[in-house]
Amino acid sequence: MEWLFELFHQVNYELPKFVQFLIVGLTLGSIYGLIAIGYTMVYGIIGMINFAHGDIYMIGAFQAMIVLLICGTLGISWVPLQLLLMLVVAVALTAAYGWSVERIAYRPLRGTQRLAPLISAIGMSIFLQNYVQLVQGPRPKPVEPVISGGVTVLTRADGFVAQLGYLQIVIVLLTVALMAGFTLLITRTSLGRAQRACEQDMKMASLLGVNVDRTISLTFVMGAGLAAVAGMMVTLYWGNNDFHMGFNAGIKAFTAAVLGGIGSLPGAMLGGVLIGLIEAFWSGYFTAEYKDVAAFSILVLVLIFRPTGLLGRPEVEKV
Amino acid sequence: MSKKFSLATLAVAATLVVACGEEKKEEAAAEQAPATTEQAAAEPAAAEPAATQEAAATPAATGGEIVVAVAGPMTGDLAAFGEQLKRGAEKAIADINAKGGVNGKQLKLEIGDDQCDPKQAVQVANDLVKKGVAFVAGHFCSGSSIPASDIYAEEGIVQITPASTNPDFTEVPASKGVKTIFRTCGRDDAQGVFAGPWLAKTYAGKKVAILDDKSAYGQGLANETAKNFEASGGTITIRDTYTAKEKDFSALISKLKDAAIDVVYIGGYHNDVGLITRQSREQGFNADIVSADALNTAEFWSISGPAGEGVRYSDGASAVNLDSAKDVVAAFRAENYEPEGYTLNSYAAIQAWAEAANKAGSVEGAKVADALRAAPIPTVLGELSFNEKGDLTKVNYAWYVWGADGKAVQEPLN
Repeated sequence: MEWLFELFHQVNYELPKFVQFLIVGLTLGSIYGLIAIGYTMVYGIIGMINFAHGDIYMIGAFQAMIVLLICGTLGISWVPLQLLLMLVVAVALTAAYGWSVERIAYRPLRGTQRLAPLISAIGMSIFLQNYVQLVQGPRPKPVEPVISGGVTVLTRADGFVAQLGYLQIVIVLLTVALMAGFTLLITRTSLGRAQRACEQDMKMASLLGVNVDRTISLTFVMGAGLAAVAGMMVTLYWGNNDFHMGFNAGIKAFTAAVLGGIGSLPGAMLGGVLIGLIEAFWSGYFTAEYKDVAAFSILVLVLIFRPTGLLGRPEVEKV
Repeated sequence: MSKKFSLATLAVAATLVVACGEEKKEEAAAEQAPATTEQAAAEPAAAEPAATQEAAATPAATGGEIVVAVAGPMTGDLAAFGEQLKRGAEKAIADINAKGGVNGKQLKLEIGDDQCDPKQAVQVANDLVKKGVAFVAGHFCSGSSIPASDIYAEEGIVQITPASTNPDFTEVPASKGVKTIFRTCGRDDAQGVFAGPWLAKTYAGKKVAILDDKSAYGQGLANETAKNFEASGGTITIRDTYTAKEKDFSALISKLKDAAIDVVYIGGYHNDVGLITRQSREQGFNADIVSADALNTAEFWSISGPAGEGVRYSDGASAVNLDSAKDVVAAFRAENYEPEGYTLNSYAAIQAWAEAANKAGSVEGAKVADALRAAPIPTVLGELSFNEKGDLTKVNYAWYVWGADGKAVQEPLN
């Protein structure tokens, strides 16, 4: 029985550290996951990677920041109202960007070669970055913390505390709520049914009276809206926006989407959370130097054994 | 087409995106560079109408002008430093021209924007060579100054960096017999000699972590500090690196918190150090944070916010209060600009070159370089003497601490 007690003691000692990395990883993973959904939804329906999606997220972050600054000048200091305004305005404007990008850069190319919209997406990404660099300037924009402080979850014998920030709670809860809402939307509403129909066979869906163009547009709008939520969260969380921030986040989120199984909504979320956790635990228990290497190595390993990702369905060849 | 095929093309496309990401930066910079140059050329003329008119007779008499350049991150996330370099250079040029220029010729300033990107720096260097510059004050980042210096050295152009502190900048060319490379700031090893023993003494028996951002500047600095810290009997508890321009440092901070670190020394630029500071305090990690001269900008405070209180950095003892800088500082303040950071180093770089060129009676690289080494040169930073390698023979370092009011205050030298 002695060893059991010893083990319990050891676990009890290691727990706060573990919990701290769990909190950090989950928060980061939620953000990656929200962006990854935009990649995976678009891929699910039109089979194309929207490389401008990371930059849509960057646009969302800038919109949220601008709303926050306007709140400041108008004297709106009640935090819940600030958050609500940021959420509504940033999501609405960023969704408009998502819609426009689809209209301008992808729809005219639909039905042509597969690579054409992909190249167009890269062009859009470059355009959006340079546009923001020109209108907002190239320097990182600092944002004052809106929500700070947190609660102590666990305390270790030597005084180490696992801290859970209020903002981290908001981020994770908001992500869970959005995911629940989205699952309902896809499985229970007529729009969700139309999306699933387009995913399976676009031509057949249009023959059966589904407005394919509208469905695809709405998919882009929803993806951009979720990216805007992620952008708003990082504006509050890190408080440091620059025109280039969409690139790294986009690559990570894309990786998350592929890891989870591109085309699958729960997969994107799972992939995002996994990447966040791998980064956090790797930095914590090994070295922060190689955390990206760790994340990408896991991706490679998963793809070797499950080429369609963790939750992806094996592809049925369309004839 | 099957989706399997498209997944394979994704990998190719992803690399494309990466490549585009890099190229795009250069394009953006290339587009901006001429704009800033024009603006800069216009600015000193506008600022000093009296001076230009007064001196206007001289160039007409002797004919021609000498083109000199200042290069640094005029755009990008380190643009705050680029502005310091530019401001200092513009002022120095205006003052020198007002006094009759160099060897009777007026100076004209070109501005190079490298965004602290090594590839961009090489392009800027080639561009400046094409424009026939006689002298370059720059660049800012060690990672840019070093590759650019090869090009200037080949052309025999004198390069004086106001800010690059990596030892290799002068060390490597000196070992190859290049004599045209100088700096008006200290070296990382000198900064490490200053910071390392101080850390060992102040935090004796405490747990120390040393981080860097893997850049030429950050890593060089952290290595030198670590070496001197250990030589003074200190033990490093954690030695880790992060990626520059990362946004999320929370996992790294949790790790430091777990190891109950008392002081973190960071070799890195102000944006990252600011974010690390802010995220540390939010996570309830209250260790002292110590860094180096890259924090020498008000932008650090705007990023860290009130969390930055108590953060300290080492830097050359401020020249703002020196007698030799009194007039220039007053002139800057009259223009409503506080000559913070490297502004005076940049001013001094141009001043030193002009003085040496006057002494040598030529702007030829080798002759100016000899004149720079020959005798101490009076500048705003006081008398500067350069050694064989082109480093300053004497630099005084001091600690600066950010106060609650968002201003960094120099601690008394001891």
